[in-house]
Amino acid sequence: MGIHILVCAKLVADPEVPPSSMEVNVEEKRVIVRGASPVISPFDESALEAAIRIKETQEAKITLLTAGRNLSKAVVLKAMATGVDEAIIAEDNALDPALLDSWSTAKILAELAKQAGSFDLILTGRQAADTNAGQVGVGLSYFLNIPAVTVAQKVELADNKVIVERVLPNGFEVVEASTPVLVTVGGELGELRLPNVKSMKAAKQLPQKNFSLNDLQIDVPGQAMVETTELTPPSRERDCVLVEGETQEEAGKYLAQKLREDKII
Amino acid sequence: MDNYRNVYVIAEVTDEKKPTEHTLELVGLGKNLAKQTGGKLFALLLGSSLREAAEEISIFGADVTVVDNEKLADYNPLIYFSVVSKFLEKDSSFVVLAGHTSLGEDLLLRLAYSFEVGLVTDCIGIDVENSAGNLVFKRYVYGGNALATQKVRTNTAMSTLRARVGDVPTAAEQKGEVNLAEIEIEEDLAIRVREKEVSLKELNLEDAPVVVSGGRGMAGEEGFAKLEDLASFLNGVVGATRPPVDAGWISPTRQVGITGKIVAPEIYIAVAISGSSQHLSGMGESGTIIAINKDADAYIFKTANYGVVGKWQEVLPAFSDEVKRLLG
Repeated sequence: MGIHILVCAKLVADPEVPPSSMEVNVEEKRVIVRGASPVISPFDESALEAAIRIKETQEAKITLLTAGRNLSKAVVLKAMATGVDEAIIAEDNALDPALLDSWSTAKILAELAKQAGSFDLILTGRQAADTNAGQVGVGLSYFLNIPAVTVAQKVELADNKVIVERVLPNGFEVVEASTPVLVTVGGELGELRLPNVKSMKAAKQLPQKNFSLNDLQIDVPGQAMVETTELTPPSRERDCVLVEGETQEEAGKYLAQKLREDKII
Repeated sequence: MDNYRNVYVIAEVTDEKKPTEHTLELVGLGKNLAKQTGGKLFALLLGSSLREAAEEISIFGADVTVVDNEKLADYNPLIYFSVVSKFLEKDSSFVVLAGHTSLGEDLLLRLAYSFEVGLVTDCIGIDVENSAGNLVFKRYVYGGNALATQKVRTNTAMSTLRARVGDVPTAAEQKGEVNLAEIEIEEDLAIRVREKEVSLKELNLEDAPVVVSGGRGMAGEEGFAKLEDLASFLNGVVGATRPPVDAGWISPTRQVGITGKIVAPEIYIAVAISGSSQHLSGMGESGTIIAINKDADAYIFKTANYGVVGKWQEVLPAFSDEVKRLLG
């Protein structure tokens, strides 16, 4: 019998859009991304890629878990077409990203994981592209009472153990953990492969289980730990001293002199 | 007092066993918070051969608890978690601060969920809100495109903070105590660290006092070699935006930005970088930002302290030569 890998992925507005298309609605405390189509959050894509790489080396079933409201079916299908066997989805209007925090998100995913049956490994991105909080992975491992290893650049499974290369500031360390275990994945692992046309078609036939919050009998986001009380556009602007010269070389030279004069260097 | 809270700082040391500047900044911030919440300031220092580092931290007025043990020489998540938990379990109302570092982030995630308290990660500041004593956290969201103010529901809270969240404090009038704690360390088997592959020669991007970064306009590895030359002269390191990393001109470990490393050096030199929010939110807290870009309208000039509008091929060599002459 093969192993069972759960991949938790969040749908977000494409974070690669130019900053000018992100508008901060101060009143509603939310960011409105104009003209952006939803995507799987990039680190979650890397987590899915990690799962597919494992599936290439041994018999494995990959189950995709996601939660949200107004989830794009096309994005879910495209992700499934890369190598997922089944999707388990919590979709509910109450899953408003402006009200959900990491704590409640981890709780929902824990309920979804229970729907998936027994598993060996959970993979998810190190943080989401919208909240940038990086808490859900370890939070989920807490609610499921399994160990967690954070920020992997490589994940391998052998003999009921997972071997993880964990990213460090100046390199990596090799960490071994017994399964079941949760691993968060960093961008260092690599990007998610693209599905081919044939698998895109086949993905429509793959099983999906859909749940509302009522089905799962959980009360979120009433349980949020962290509340956003204010959201503003960032102010990063500084007064810039533009150094000029007769030529560009001269400007470069004067820049060094100006920095010396101001005791910056 | 309702808002009474002790403040704990998770201290980290460099390879030379000196407290990191980031730790000292947190001690400064923690002291301020403790004053306002009527609590005491503690620093927890785990590792081996750390007694001198503990003395150095105590100068700033924190009571330092050191757990000095060979088994703590390297970070193991579950062992560190169990040791720190033992201290926090004795307290009922507290705030835990750690750097938003590889160690700090991993450890506080585990602690916060296990203690079931609110955690706010990757903060650029914490304030105490007037009389109620509520903590208010500031952090970037949406890849740096919005600044959020957040509060936690629990009185006890934890937070990881970026470097340069404050200044290294001045020495306290009264030095803190240094306590050596003997704790039996269980070797946890659920997670074991087998080996480490780190380059000790290279200064971490996060720890470097000077970062010289290049963008897409560097056009190749040769351009980055020129940045390397300037960086090494200034005892700094080279960074990059995402396109040069994607193009393979430089290692992914050098990427600065919300999806790469978050840095806040004393001096950040941005060469041929236009200034996407993705990048800016990874270096926006730097001390002095210097920009060289051929496009006068590049957003980077709005966020820089000094700039030259010009092609880097012309500006940079003259700049580097003059820097070397002045400091040589």
